[in-house]
Amino acid sequence: MTTPPTPKALGGVGTYIDDRFHSARFAGVNLRKVFPNHWSFMLGEIALYSFIIILLSGTFLTFWFNPSMHEVVYDGSYTKLHGVTMSQAYESTLRISFDVRGGLLMRQVHHWAALIFIAAMFVHMLRVFFTGAFRKPRELNWLIGATLLILGFVEGLLGYSLPDDLLSGMGLRIAEGVLLSIPVVGTYLMFFLFGGEFPGHDIIPRFFTLHVLLIPGIMLALVVAHFMILWHQKHTQYPGKGKKESNVIGTPMYPAFAVKAGAFFFFVFGVTALLGAFAQINPVWLYGPFTPAAISSGSQPDFYMGWLEGSLRVFPAWEINAFGYTLALSVLIPALGIPGLVFTPLIIWPFLEQWVTGDKRQHHVVDRPRNAPVRTAFGMSGVTLYGLLWLAGANDVISERLDVPLYGTTWFFRFALILGPIIAFIVTKRICLGLQRRDAAAASHGYESGIIKQLPSGEFIEVHQLLTEDAETVAVAKKEVPALAAAVDGDGVPSPGSRSMMGRVRSRLHNFVVKDDIPVGEPHGNGHGDGHGGRPELGEAEAEERKELRH
Amino acid sequence: MTDNDNTNGSAGVPGEEPADGAETRRPRVIGTPPPAESHRLLSTDTPETDGDPYAAGPYPGMAHERSEERIRSGVRWAALFFVIAFLGSVAFVAGYVIFQVGDLWQTKWSNMALGGSLTVILLAIASGMTMWVRRVMPHYDVVDERHPLPSEQPEKQDFGKFFMAGAKESGFTRYPLLRRTLMLAMAPLGLLPLVLLRDLGPLPEKKLRHTDWKKGTKLVVDGTGEPLRAADFSSPGGIITVVPEGKEHDLDSIAKSTVLLIKLRPEELELTEEQMNWTYDGIIAYSKICTHVGCPAALYEQSTHRILCPCHQSTFDARKAAKVTFGPAARPLPMLPITVDAEGYLVAQSDFHEPVGPSFWERG
Repeated sequence: MTTPPTPKALGGVGTYIDDRFHSARFAGVNLRKVFPNHWSFMLGEIALYSFIIILLSGTFLTFWFNPSMHEVVYDGSYTKLHGVTMSQAYESTLRISFDVRGGLLMRQVHHWAALIFIAAMFVHMLRVFFTGAFRKPRELNWLIGATLLILGFVEGLLGYSLPDDLLSGMGLRIAEGVLLSIPVVGTYLMFFLFGGEFPGHDIIPRFFTLHVLLIPGIMLALVVAHFMILWHQKHTQYPGKGKKESNVIGTPMYPAFAVKAGAFFFFVFGVTALLGAFAQINPVWLYGPFTPAAISSGSQPDFYMGWLEGSLRVFPAWEINAFGYTLALSVLIPALGIPGLVFTPLIIWPFLEQWVTGDKRQHHVVDRPRNAPVRTAFGMSGVTLYGLLWLAGANDVISERLDVPLYGTTWFFRFALILGPIIAFIVTKRICLGLQRRDAAAASHGYESGIIKQLPSGEFIEVHQLLTEDAETVAVAKKEVPALAAAVDGDGVPSPGSRSMMGRVRSRLHNFVVKDDIPVGEPHGNGHGDGHGGRPELGEAEAEERKELRH
Repeated sequence: MTDNDNTNGSAGVPGEEPADGAETRRPRVIGTPPPAESHRLLSTDTPETDGDPYAAGPYPGMAHERSEERIRSGVRWAALFFVIAFLGSVAFVAGYVIFQVGDLWQTKWSNMALGGSLTVILLAIASGMTMWVRRVMPHYDVVDERHPLPSEQPEKQDFGKFFMAGAKESGFTRYPLLRRTLMLAMAPLGLLPLVLLRDLGPLPEKKLRHTDWKKGTKLVVDGTGEPLRAADFSSPGGIITVVPEGKEHDLDSIAKSTVLLIKLRPEELELTEEQMNWTYDGIIAYSKICTHVGCPAALYEQSTHRILCPCHQSTFDARKAAKVTFGPAARPLPMLPITVDAEGYLVAQSDFHEPVGPSFWERG
């Protein structure tokens, strides 16, 4: 068997390109690029593919959409709104829906893909967070990712404001109220953004330019940068047999991964098309055109805005009026403070963690979430906070469906938002430590096989079986957090770094991260199928555990 | 997939590795372009290939035994899916021609035909490719060595020296006058776009303090534009939305001036004397724009006389000058002083006595 000869035409194209770009070596290297296999590496792919779908479907929509707030009387195909005065933005949205074949499909595909895009970014980011894949050398790519997530929110808000229907107009109204609450410059920002008083005639065309040009342009540039950095630094990989900090094991780009990725793109697109075909989304013709005087009850924004809605709903009515000025805390804190509280730690986390742990090593093998209990617990409390805020954004729906008092739900969330994250932190950390102990036990004397054996002495034991090599590699994959430079040197003199205020904060935090660390178990050698014969250096905890196992 | 994926590991590579990635033992690297010497190595490994390093496949040494029968079945499945995808395209074009849009039902069928066939096309291609990659292509893992990201120390030092030499040659480090005036020239450049954006909108001035209500402005019903007589709005518990006469279609005006008119029994009202004078025969007028973030406070519960904003559930008591009884709004809905004119139509006595809508800094 030999390599088939290169077809003449293909060789010709290759030569043409190579003559101009010297590309044979470059292409050879990059087509051999290795992609580790794990389902969680596909989350970012979903985000990338849905972004492409959004660009394609969005371009289609711009051919008919008219971003104008000029008012016209409707006389199109949707007879129920005949004679109604509406903006051209809303009219052209109806036209895309009812007078352009495939228009409704593309609108729905665009909207669904946007929801999938943001959801995929969320989950992808959680994966990167919980596995510590953001650590050195990937901190900057984390920053780009966080920026993309925030831009995704903004882009979504801009996009669903464009049809100028009753629901989206209410979102704009809330945005106006939020801008007004900003101290000193709020009214100016509002007047500049809206070109005067709300709603004015400028906001839709301005949002359109931002939505189709500026923000997607920045996002596209960042997506490319994100991808190029990933490509250059190569993927992280999960611990396993043969996987080291110095290598990367997986499917090569050409030919297998390219086809896999292609298939996955078509799956994502196919599912989006399925949703666009059969799952109605944002039926703006039912909401009617925007008027500031009307609203429908049970109004809900897109899911990713729900948490901000929730934070606005449950915050108490605080407002300071002094010296002739007003500080609307009941808007300012929930609408701008809470997102700051969520996004700031999210953005600075890689740097914060590095500062606290003093871990400046390069990491290419990711952590299992259990092996970084404080990080995992912190992440889970963030997820809990987000989830509770999100639920609070639907408290009227909860109240109606579950038949509980509306104000009761508000009070419930006021307490839950404070207690929930704390409980989540404690519970998650305990679970992580428990799982670490189990790993340590399994690594040192195998796993419980369920086989009970009687020894010649009459003693009953449960036979422990050794982990496979792969499982054992995984079980001992935990990397110790490095110790901070000693706060006190050999002569009892405190080091300069640890005496300062920040130094003391740092060593406290470091201590908090490492204080209940479970030591990494050394893997066993061979043998020990009988579950007996513990190692001489067996720790007390393990010895106790072993006692418990005996009947 | 579980973390403890039990594969049948044989003796081999230990999992632990020094953190700095130092190599202790160098396995044969597959997946990077073979350097010159490894060409030789590979060709001696497989001597019958006559100098072709890729005779056995693109990744020498990597193989995955699959029965010919299984591969053939994979090819057939993939082909079947690709044919289905093609037929999907035919159906898509047919659907585009056959199903017209227009009313709700036609649009629905067109949407389903186009979306359904598009789904079939995309999912069939995806499935075909999956069959291809999982059944036809061999499956193996390739080990690729990472190159340490930090540059070698001499390389770094060399670049540093080179860069500083360039800076010196340019005079940038040597002549502070050049450096500082350049910064002086550049710094305000970033601010110019902000200056240019000034004309995005007018200045707020006192605009947020006034609405379109004036003395004698008739209250007209939102939607119909009909003026309202007090006598026509006489059943207690009634509620209606009104706007200033002549502004029925002016969204900017409606956004500020919309008023909720509520009819109560005069004895139910708990108001100060001044506020009492702003009502007419138990008819009381509140700004409909919520003082929280400006949604219309549109829900009214007759039995409890509560006005509820559906956005964030701020609740106001209609009997007590719209006092906040629950929710995030910090202030009552402002009252519009009303009365009737000579013909019995409801009119405004004046504008609101305080700004309507959400709080803002200069509100005071």
